[in-house]
Amino acid sequence: MRVDHKYILEIIEPNSHVLDLGCGGGELLSSLMKQKNCRAAGIEIDEQAIYQCVERGVSVSHGDVDSGLADYSDKCFDYVILNESLQEVLNPEKVIAEALRVGKKAIVGIPNFCNLNARWQILFLGRVPVTDGLPYKWYNTPNLRFLSLKDFCDFCKERCITIEHECALNSKGEITFARNLFADTAIFLITKK
Amino acid sequence: MPDQFVETKYFTFALASNELVLKSGIKLGPITLAYETYGQLNADKSNAILIFHALTGDAHAAGWHKDAKTPGWWDPMIGPGKAFDTEKYFIICSNVIGGCKGSTGPSSINPATGKPYGLSFPVITIEDMVACQKHLIDYLGIKKLLAAAGGSMGGLMALEWSVRFPDTLQSAILIATNYKHTAQQIALHEVARQAIMSDPHWNKGDYYGKELPAQGMSVSRMIGHITYMSERSMEEKFGRKLQDKEKVGYDFSQDFEVESYLRYRGASFVQRFDANSYLYLSKALDYFDLSEDTDLSGAFTNTKSKFLIITFTSDWLYPSYQSKDIVKAMKANDIDVSFIEIQTSYGHDSFLVEIDGQSKLVSHFLKNVAKDK
Repeated sequence: MRVDHKYILEIIEPNSHVLDLGCGGGELLSSLMKQKNCRAAGIEIDEQAIYQCVERGVSVSHGDVDSGLADYSDKCFDYVILNESLQEVLNPEKVIAEALRVGKKAIVGIPNFCNLNARWQILFLGRVPVTDGLPYKWYNTPNLRFLSLKDFCDFCKERCITIEHECALNSKGEITFARNLFADTAIFLITKK
Repeated sequence: MPDQFVETKYFTFALASNELVLKSGIKLGPITLAYETYGQLNADKSNAILIFHALTGDAHAAGWHKDAKTPGWWDPMIGPGKAFDTEKYFIICSNVIGGCKGSTGPSSINPATGKPYGLSFPVITIEDMVACQKHLIDYLGIKKLLAAAGGSMGGLMALEWSVRFPDTLQSAILIATNYKHTAQQIALHEVARQAIMSDPHWNKGDYYGKELPAQGMSVSRMIGHITYMSERSMEEKFGRKLQDKEKVGYDFSQDFEVESYLRYRGASFVQRFDANSYLYLSKALDYFDLSEDTDLSGAFTNTKSKFLIITFTSDWLYPSYQSKDIVKAMKANDIDVSFIEIQTSYGHDSFLVEIDGQSKLVSHFLKNVAKDK
């Protein structure tokens, strides 16, 4: 199992109602259903990924993350997951506000655009970085938003969003030292009063 | 050729003093429904799936009739190892009331007069069609359907069933459908109806045993076929190809292949369908509105089924946004729904021809529904 999925699986309470925005083929939701007895729903834009969701028994709606949340009423989910999808949305500020409207808590997983490898490539190679976590070239990347762990923390602070848990990860597992430098990705559990 | 043939069966109910009260308040009886079944009903009667046909469909959804040249209308989807797997499920399909393929409709003999009903047949609705099929399911001893499924008009019926009989339905598959006809959909039907009704041979619906309103029927079917395709699928299929000639004739005979196709489709429709049935069924579609008494989400308050809703990008007759409205209303009621818009150029006809994607979705969806049982 992917390290980020493993961490998300750990922090979600059993029997929760979960929405995954940009759920891909439904791997994470399927694990949450089986291992945590969660009720799960997903939103996904890719047609082929939807076939995989239906095969896994994951309920899914075909649509984009930017507009997909309007269908839901306030606080109807225990958790809304935005894992590796926030950087691809047109309006992240609105999406996070919406995620915290329909979910009691939100789990946001971001790729770290400022890890050491990326910084090194910009500084010494003079090129837009291509790393394991950011495997795309400038002309084919689906990413629209570029942020680091610190950027996301600032964003939350400015909007009075509470970060209840955070975890910095690389391919081997959790990182606790100089996280903004060494993490490939990070996962935040956030709430708003 | 198949080693086994399928046969249409008949079920009659609403006999004298026990007639069915239609939505309009008019009583009708006796009512006969033509139906077919495929596969075996299991011991606890928990593997039954009801398939609803579209406007001009019939009970013959799958398999072969003896001496037939083509199989049932959804044969690629129903059969051993197919999406609706007859090795696992018991599939039922019935001709709707108001139809002309064995179920009671305007071309049936009115027992009170000994003559075909014609326009004396009461106006029927989607709700009436569903109510009749509920009698059939009760007669077959099935308390709860594993699924109800249908495309176009069939989807409306599955949707209506889920709202009307929520305790009797575990899941529903709605394909290329909506919850109420829009002005454009009603308008297209009205043109088709006017084509029939302005044919002098239609004779206010009294043409049985006489010359048929063939020209009107043919034109109405031509309009229908245009709405079932997309601009791109017509362009891919016909383009500007000429029919049996090297250059255009500069007269009003048949030049283009698309003209020939529509004329052929129109002419063959006269042989296989009843003009009055077309009027009644198209009107039933236009009357249907799940949100007529409440807003749409209010309609799903008691609905318990799990849903799979499928649309097609090039379907301009039943565009995806209408299904998205259904999905939204279902989510407001915390109903378990999956929605997919399949990329295809086949237009509204996709539910009959876009088999690969639908097969994957339907077979996996049913497998998971059966597991939850």
